[in-house]
Amino acid sequence: MATTADTFQAHHDDHHHDHDADHKPPFFARWFMSTNHKDIGTLYLIFAIIAGIIGGGISGLMRWELATPGLQIMGEIVQFLGGEGSFDEQGHMWNVLITAHGLIMVFFMVMPAMIGGFGNWFVPLMIGAPDMAFPRMNNISFWLTVAGFLSLMMSAFVPGGTWHGAGTGWTVYAPLSTTGSVGPAVDFAIFSLHLSGAGSIMGAINFITTILNMRAPGMTLHKMPLFAWSVLVTAFLLLLALPVLAAAITMLITDRNFGTTFFDPSGGGDPILYQHLFWFFGHPEVYIMILPGFGIVSQIVATFCRKPVFGYLGMAYAMVAIGVVGFIVWAHHMYTVGLDVNTKMYFTAATMIIAVPTGIKIFSWIATMWGGSMEFKSPMVWALGFIFLFTVGGVTGVVLANGGIDDNLHDTYYVVAHFHYVLSMGAVFSLFAGFYYWFPKMSGRMHSELLAHLHFWVFFVGVNVVFFPQHFLGMQGMPRRYPDFAEAYAYWNHVSSMGYLIVLVSVGIFFLNLIYAFTAGKKAAGNYWGEGATTLEWSLSSPPPFHQFETLPIIEDHHSSDDHISPAPAKA
Amino acid sequence: MQADANLQRRNLRIGLISLLAACGMLALGFAAVPLYRLFCQVTGFGGTTQRATEQQASLAERMGRSAGAKKVSIRFDASVARNMPWQFKPLQVTDTVQFGQRDIAVYQATNLSSVPVTGNATFNVEPEQAGRYFQKIQCFCFTEQTLEPGQTVDMPVLYYVDPAALDDPNMKDVEQITLSYTFHPAKKAGS
Repeated sequence: MATTADTFQAHHDDHHHDHDADHKPPFFARWFMSTNHKDIGTLYLIFAIIAGIIGGGISGLMRWELATPGLQIMGEIVQFLGGEGSFDEQGHMWNVLITAHGLIMVFFMVMPAMIGGFGNWFVPLMIGAPDMAFPRMNNISFWLTVAGFLSLMMSAFVPGGTWHGAGTGWTVYAPLSTTGSVGPAVDFAIFSLHLSGAGSIMGAINFITTILNMRAPGMTLHKMPLFAWSVLVTAFLLLLALPVLAAAITMLITDRNFGTTFFDPSGGGDPILYQHLFWFFGHPEVYIMILPGFGIVSQIVATFCRKPVFGYLGMAYAMVAIGVVGFIVWAHHMYTVGLDVNTKMYFTAATMIIAVPTGIKIFSWIATMWGGSMEFKSPMVWALGFIFLFTVGGVTGVVLANGGIDDNLHDTYYVVAHFHYVLSMGAVFSLFAGFYYWFPKMSGRMHSELLAHLHFWVFFVGVNVVFFPQHFLGMQGMPRRYPDFAEAYAYWNHVSSMGYLIVLVSVGIFFLNLIYAFTAGKKAAGNYWGEGATTLEWSLSSPPPFHQFETLPIIEDHHSSDDHISPAPAKA
Repeated sequence: MQADANLQRRNLRIGLISLLAACGMLALGFAAVPLYRLFCQVTGFGGTTQRATEQQASLAERMGRSAGAKKVSIRFDASVARNMPWQFKPLQVTDTVQFGQRDIAVYQATNLSSVPVTGNATFNVEPEQAGRYFQKIQCFCFTEQTLEPGQTVDMPVLYYVDPAALDDPNMKDVEQITLSYTFHPAKKAGS
């Protein structure tokens, strides 16, 4: 990455008109009517943390329920919420919990944190832009996401068929979501997807425009930091995938409320069509969640090895390839709907091909570390954890890609283990990596490296204890989406539930670290990671001025990509 | 300021192009409905049966006879949707036909309720790869059927299995094809 800003003078200029650059609006106008990309990024991150607490709390209830065979706490939850606690209600409550957990984690935790949070904060900084292209639309994107979240929360308190809440799974398959769920809860849940989807599409348009039009003079696309590349590819995936989901769930709404039969066989429709539409969105969606993580990890590995990323162009185009191929593999989520053998063969082969660009990325990270001057600061250990655990998830993904094997493993805990390895460990590890990498930059306060390392190790052990045994459960045939299981599955389920407690402790350490940073944390310097951190955000103060780059930085082309380390900036 | 206005214009342009792309994908999402139906009808995907004309049928019959084609067993299955007050059953459980040979199967429906009920039948065949070879010349499932209270009606299907199936490796092991119907209360076809 030849994105050093060695001749860049803008932040020295900032000192001259600091008063203009740092003039902040009053509290309400600043945080509720914000058009500043950094403030909106902060809002997204706060929102994602709150949603993460709720979604993570729900997974706690789920692991509690699954700790031993039989029904444990579903009845109490139903009664707490005012129901009778009948067997059907308990089963429905379980469905509501898994639905909420999935939707919250995907749409209201990972996406807002990755794209809305880090994307908003660092894409303009990294490409040398003063702000996003459409700052007001940026504000709408955020508040639509909040409105979507509230709509999903409200769905839990209105009738949804068997009992309150939307119990359809995050996939909202028809006919369970149409004729199977009477009452407004599922409408609220679908509407929540509409709102957050609209917000995400606007965000995508904003990122595409910003990255294509507002790069600093001299920063060509091929000099752009990999995180900006990852957000660009993600934005294109959002732009092309989310409208298809919007179409599908709009048809669900009309099937539910206006008598259409898009997915109802009795009127000539086909429920399988919904699955095709959903997964045409759903598969790119999983790359939407992980690609920005790839970008974050690339920045971090380069920083802490004090080397440019190995094979920069290969890394960038591997992400493009993953994005493109991600659109033509969707039916590997539906091998069991009755695809013929040739169709399965195609989707198996196409799915496995994705392992090639993914492999390029993994090997390039390792090659970056090879011979690098590695420093095991907290972002780096999280990034290393990411690379290891994401690869484990990728390997089980290649297993599941096989149409024949998937016939056995479909809808078992093996699948649950697989996608939690790539998301709950892949995406979340990259989020924490990015958080520790950039938190002092965003807040101006240093976190505790000791607590960050402790957080890593406890979390690492915890999530592996939770999810590794689920491979065994899946191989033994335990189906997903049930609140109860046969006695034979008790042992590993118990282990898995114990793992949740370990994760809980690690999350406590995380919040402790936040408290420490805001109360006792040292003031962060502009570039606190030292000479390995070479992208433009490190040329600014921590936190950066309210308005940055009023004089655009100029990226000069006199050094090759090997000449990564910037010379010391000229004294102002 | 000149540069600012210029940037804003360029931003607006890319923004609008992106918006157009999003709207295009939205439209494609809806277009998937008729396209998917067409796809199923053409390829027999998911066991979608085919419709044949008299000419095609007699051609197939001659082809099958001249080739001395082997025989295949056809099994008949009938069911009704949960909210459908009909009794519905096939009058024969199986038939054995030669590939290409025209055959008639009769189903019988009785309206058990005290009001006239209009129904339409959905259909498919198992195994699914047989869908593209299962040709119907006439079928009660092509139109809606109305039964008066207590009325019983015999409903014929005129069909043959296309001898082209003999050349399909996926059909090699198929010895029996199940033809299945489900009667639903008629809805306005809204899609």
